Amino acid sequence: MNLLGKLSWDAIPHDPIVLVTLAIVAIGGAALFVFMTLAKKWGWLWREWLTSVDHKRLGIMYIILALVMLVRGFADAIMMRTQLAVATNGSEGYLPPHHYDQIFTAHGVIMIIFMAMPFMIGLMNIIVPLQIGARDVAFPFLNNLSFWLAVSGALLVNISLGLGEFAMTGWVAYPPLSGLEFSPGTGVDYYIWALQISGIGTTLTGVNFLVTVLKMRAPGMKLMEMPIFTWTCTWANVLIVASFPILTAALAMLTLDRYLDFHFFTNDLGGNSMMYINLFWAWGHPEVYILVLPAFGMFSEIVSTFSGKRLFGHKSMIYASGVISLLGFIVWLHHFFTMGSSANVNAFFGIMTMIIAIPTGVKLFNWLFTMYKGRIRMTVPMYWVMGFMITFSIGGMTGVLLAIPGADYVLHNSLFLIAHFHNTIIGGAVFGYLAGFAFWFPKAMGFHLDPKLGKVSFWCWFIGFFLAFMPLYVLGFLGMTRRLNHTDNPDWNVWLYIAAVGAFVIAIGIAAFVLQLILGFKNKDKNLDKTGDPWNGHTLEWSLASPPQFYNFAKIPHVEDLDAFTDMKEKGTAYQRHASYEPIHMPSNTNAGPIMGLLATAMGFALIWHIWWLAGASFIGLIVAFIFRAYASNTDYYVQPDEVARIENEHLDNVAKG
Amino acid sequence: MSTSATAHHDAHHDEHHDTGRNTTLGFWIYLMTDCILFSCFFATYAVLFMNTAGGVSGKDIFDLNLIAGGTAALLLSSITFGFAMISAYKKSKGGTLLWLAVTFLFGATFIAIELYEFNHLIHAGHGPSTSAFLTAFFSLVGLHGLHVTAGLLWITIMFIDVAKRGLKDRTVTRLGCLSLFWHFLDVIWICVFSFVYLMGAM
Amino acid sequence: MLTRNLSKVALAALVALLAGCQGGVLDPKGQIGVMEKELIITATILMLLVVVPVILMTLYFAWKYREGRGEAYEPKWSHSTKIETVVWVIPIIIIAILGVITYKSTHALNPYKPIESEEEPITVEVVSLNWKWLFIYPDLGIATVNELAFPANVPVNFKITSAGTMNSFFIPQLGSQIYSMAGMETKLHLIADEPGTFKGISANYSGHGFTGMKFEAIATPTREDFQEWVEGVKASGETLSTERYEELVEPTEYHPVEYFASVKDGLYFDIIWEYMGDMGRIDFYGKPEYGAQLPEGVILPQREQKSTTHEAEEASH
Repeated sequence: MNLLGKLSWDAIPHDPIVLVTLAIVAIGGAALFVFMTLAKKWGWLWREWLTSVDHKRLGIMYIILALVMLVRGFADAIMMRTQLAVATNGSEGYLPPHHYDQIFTAHGVIMIIFMAMPFMIGLMNIIVPLQIGARDVAFPFLNNLSFWLAVSGALLVNISLGLGEFAMTGWVAYPPLSGLEFSPGTGVDYYIWALQISGIGTTLTGVNFLVTVLKMRAPGMKLMEMPIFTWTCTWANVLIVASFPILTAALAMLTLDRYLDFHFFTNDLGGNSMMYINLFWAWGHPEVYILVLPAFGMFSEIVSTFSGKRLFGHKSMIYASGVISLLGFIVWLHHFFTMGSSANVNAFFGIMTMIIAIPTGVKLFNWLFTMYKGRIRMTVPMYWVMGFMITFSIGGMTGVLLAIPGADYVLHNSLFLIAHFHNTIIGGAVFGYLAGFAFWFPKAMGFHLDPKLGKVSFWCWFIGFFLAFMPLYVLGFLGMTRRLNHTDNPDWNVWLYIAAVGAFVIAIGIAAFVLQLILGFKNKDKNLDKTGDPWNGHTLEWSLASPPQFYNFAKIPHVEDLDAFTDMKEKGTAYQRHASYEPIHMPSNTNAGPIMGLLATAMGFALIWHIWWLAGASFIGLIVAFIFRAYASNTDYYVQPDEVARIENEHLDNVAKG
Repeated sequence: MSTSATAHHDAHHDEHHDTGRNTTLGFWIYLMTDCILFSCFFATYAVLFMNTAGGVSGKDIFDLNLIAGGTAALLLSSITFGFAMISAYKKSKGGTLLWLAVTFLFGATFIAIELYEFNHLIHAGHGPSTSAFLTAFFSLVGLHGLHVTAGLLWITIMFIDVAKRGLKDRTVTRLGCLSLFWHFLDVIWICVFSFVYLMGAM
Repeated sequence: MLTRNLSKVALAALVALLAGCQGGVLDPKGQIGVMEKELIITATILMLLVVVPVILMTLYFAWKYREGRGEAYEPKWSHSTKIETVVWVIPIIIIAILGVITYKSTHALNPYKPIESEEEPITVEVVSLNWKWLFIYPDLGIATVNELAFPANVPVNFKITSAGTMNSFFIPQLGSQIYSMAGMETKLHLIADEPGTFKGISANYSGHGFTGMKFEAIATPTREDFQEWVEGVKASGETLSTERYEELVEPTEYHPVEYFASVKDGLYFDIIWEYMGDMGRIDFYGKPEYGAQLPEGVILPQREQKSTTHEAEEASH
C-alpha cells in the first residue's frame, strides 16, 4: 500500500515562474516565522487571535485573508494581462496553456470565493453585531469554525501552486471537461475540496448571522428599523442559506463522478452535464448578489453619513434588496442562453434578469436623493462611492444588454462579458468593500489611515479599472472570446495593450493601499481615534470606543430611532455614565476552531492525493473534535462589573477630552 | 481579554444569551439548507431516472415489500422519538433513555434494510456506476441514509449525555433539535418513498 | 435638453466606435448578425436614457451639495412619495419597453428557427472534437475539418453536436452561436448576405488546445463557386471511415484543414448515438432527424407531427 497515495516528487511543478514564486513564499514564510519566534508572539497569536470567538477579531482575520488572497488573485490577473499583451501576432507568449489555464481558473476561484467572500463576511462580522446592539453573534464558536474552514479552502488553493496543479477548467468547472475523462489530474480535485470546505463554512455563517439579527437585536429595534447595512447583509445571508447548499450538492455529485465512477455528468451511461451547469448557476447567480448586496449596504451607510443626512427611502431600499434577492433565484439560465433553450424559456429568463435592473436603479436614485440637500464631506469612502455610482451604472447597463438573448447570442463568453462582470464585481462589490474598509477602519483598529494615500489608491483603481476593462468591451465587439491563450488578430492588439496598462495602474492602486496600511501602523499613535465617532456616525457602532470594548456594549442600548446613535446624540442620551454595571456573560476562546480547520485541510489534501488513511483519520478527527466541543461545558465566563466600569470610564473620559 | 473574569458553570443566562431559543432557530435554518440539498438530489434524480443506459429501471429492481418494511421502521421511530421528547419534558430520565434506545433500534433497522438493499443491488450488477439512473438513485437514497446514520450517532451521544448529566436545559434543547432532525428525515423519506420507489415501481 | 444633447454625443461616440469594429460582431455580414447588431444599438440607447442622467446627477449633486458651499441642508429629509414613485416608475417603463423588445427579438432570433428564403437551404452537420471542427455535408456526402463553405445568400442549417467536451459554434460576423454537447443535438440557422471568408471559433473553453480551435467559413459568391469547392473536396479522394474518424477523435492542436470525398453513412448519427443511446427521453436532448438505417436493435420513440417552431422548442432545452 502506498502511504502517500498519488503524491510523489513529480508533483512539484518544474515551471520556473512557479519555482520562483514558491521560493519567495518560502522566504517570506521563514522571515515571518523567525520574526514571530524572536518577538515571542506565537502564544499571543494563538490565545488572542486564532482561537478567538470575538466577532470583531474574526472579522479582522477574514479581511487579512481577503487582502492576502487579493494580492494572490491580482498576481494571476496581471500575468494574464501581460501574457495576452505579448502573445499577439502568432507569438505564444510566456505562459503555455498548461500554466495559463490554471491561472485563469485560480484567478476566478480566488477572487470570488477567497477574496470577495471573506472581505464581505469580514466586514459583516465586525459591524453587524455592533449595529444591532448585540454583544456577539448567536453562535460564536461556529463563527470561528466558519473562518477556519474558509482558511482551509484558501490553503488548499495555495498548496496546489506547489504540489500538483490547479484545475484547468475555468472557475465554473463545467463537466465533461472537469470530469475524470478530460481532467485526470489533481487540479479539479483541489478545486472541488477548496470550494466544498469553504462553502460549508459560508453556509454556517449564513445560519449564524440570520439567527443573530432575528434574535439578538437591541430592545426597541424593530426589523424594519435595522440599519441598512445590516439589512443588506441579512438578505445576503438569506441568499447564502438558500444557495450554498446547491453548490454543495453540485460539487458532491462531481466528486462522486470523479472518485467513485458515478455518472451524474459524464457523457457516457446517461449522464447529463447540463444538470451541473444548471445547479452551478442556481448557486452562482445568487452568489453575485451575496457579494454585491452588502456592498450596497455599505454605500448606503457611507452616503448617508457623509451627506450628514438620513438615508433617502430606507424602506424602499430594504424592499429593493429583497426583490433583488428573490429575482436572483430565477435568472440563472441567462448564463447559458446559447444552450439551445426555446425562445419562450430564454425570453422569460432574459426579462426576469432585466427586472432586477428596476430595484437596482431605485437604489442608485435613493443614493442620489440622499446626497440631495445634504452637506457632503468628500472623504476617502465618499470617493469610492462616487466611483462606484459611475462605474456600476455602466456595468448595470451592459448587464441588461447581455440579458437580451438576441444580444447574448453574439456576446456570450466574449470579452464583453468579462468586461461586464468585472464592471459590476469590481465597480460594485470591490469598490464597496474598499469604501467600507476606509469607513470602518478607524472603528475596527482604533486609528486613522492617511487619506492622501487613500485617494491615490482610489484614483489608480478607478482610472486603472476603466483602462483595463473598457478595451475588453471593444474586444468583445471585435469577436474575441474569453480564455484564449494567445491571439493573432492585429486589430485586437492595441486594446490588449491598453488593458495591460490598466492592470498595472490598478497595481499601483494596490501598492498605495498597502503603503497606506504600513504607514498607518507605523504612525498609529499620532492618528488615534479617541472618541470612537470620527465621522459623526448614525448607527450604534459609533457609540462605542475604537476599537470597541471586547464585550461591545456595557449596557444594551435601547433603540428609539432608525439612526439610533444620531437620535441619542440629539436627545443627549449618548455617552451616559452608569453608576453600576451588571456582570457580562461572554463566550471563551476555543482551540476547536483552528484544530478542526487544520483537520479539514488535511482531509481535503488527503482526498486530493488519494491518501485514504489520512482522509479517514482526519474525517473521524473532525467529527470527534466537533462532538467534544459541542458537549464541552466550560465554554463561557463572566466579565465582572468593576472591570466593565473601569473600561467604560476610560472610554468616556477619552470622549470628554476629545 | 484576559481579565478578572471568573467562570460560572450554572445555567444562568442574561437576555442576550438566550441560547436555547437561538439554537432551535439556528437548527431550523440549518434544516432548511439541508432541505435544499435534498431538493438538488431530487431534481437530479428527476432528470436522470429515465437514463438507464439500456440497463435496469426502477420497475426491475425495487422490492416494495422490503422498502415498506424499512419505511415502517423509520415512521415508527418518529413516534418513539415523540415519546422520548414527552419524557424529556416531564424530566423523566429513565423514560427518555428507554425511548431513545427504542428509536435507535428502529433507525438501525431502517439502515440495515437499506444496506441489505444496496448490497443486493451491487451484487446483482446494478451498482451506482452502471447507469445515470442508478447513480442518481444510490446518491439520493444514500444521502438520506447518511443523514439517518448521523442521526443514530447523535442519538448515541444524547443517550450518553442524558445518562451522565441528566435532563438539563441545554440537553433538552439539543434533544429538541435532534427530534426536529429525526422528523425532518422522516418527511424526506416519505418523499423518497413516493417519488423514487412508488412512482418507479409503477 | 441636456439629456437629449448627451444622448446625441453618446450616439456619435457609439457610431465612431462601431466604425472601428471591423471583423467583429458589429460588422455583420449576415441577416442574423445584422438584426443582432441593431438590437444591441437600440437597447444601448434606451438604457443610456437612464444611465447618463444618473452619472451626471451623481457628479452634479456631489459638487452642488459639498460641505462649505452653503446650499440648502435638510438633514431629516428622507422621504418623498413623489420622488419614490418617479424613481420606481422610470426604470419600470424602460424595462417594460426593453422587455417587449426582448420577447420579440428572442423569438425572431431563435437559433432553431429556419431562415425564410426562396433558396433551398444547405445542411451541415457540425461535430466539435478536441480541438478541431468536423463538418459533414449529408446531402453531398463529403466532410471537411476546420473549413466550412456555403454559398452566400443561401440559408445554412447547422446541426451541431460534440464528440467530447462542450464547445460553442460561433462565426462572429454571421451572428448567433450555440453550444455543442455530446449526446445531444443543437441547431443553428445562419445566412451570409455577401461573399467572404469569415473567422469561425469555439466560444466555449474546452481545454488545452482551445485557442487553436478555429476554422474558416467561406461564403462563396454563387452556388457554382460552391460546387467548385465541393469538387475540390471530392478531389482529395479520402474517405472518412469509422477508423479514420477514430483517429480524428484523438486530441490535436491547430489541426490542418482536411477534405474527405466520402463519409461513412450515418457517421453523424453514430457520434450522437454513442451517448444519446444511454438517455431515456431522447426528444428531450434533440433527437437527430435521421433517415438512414439505425444501429441494430435501436427503436427511436415516435414523435408527434408538429409545426416547425413547436418542434424547435420541443427539441431544445
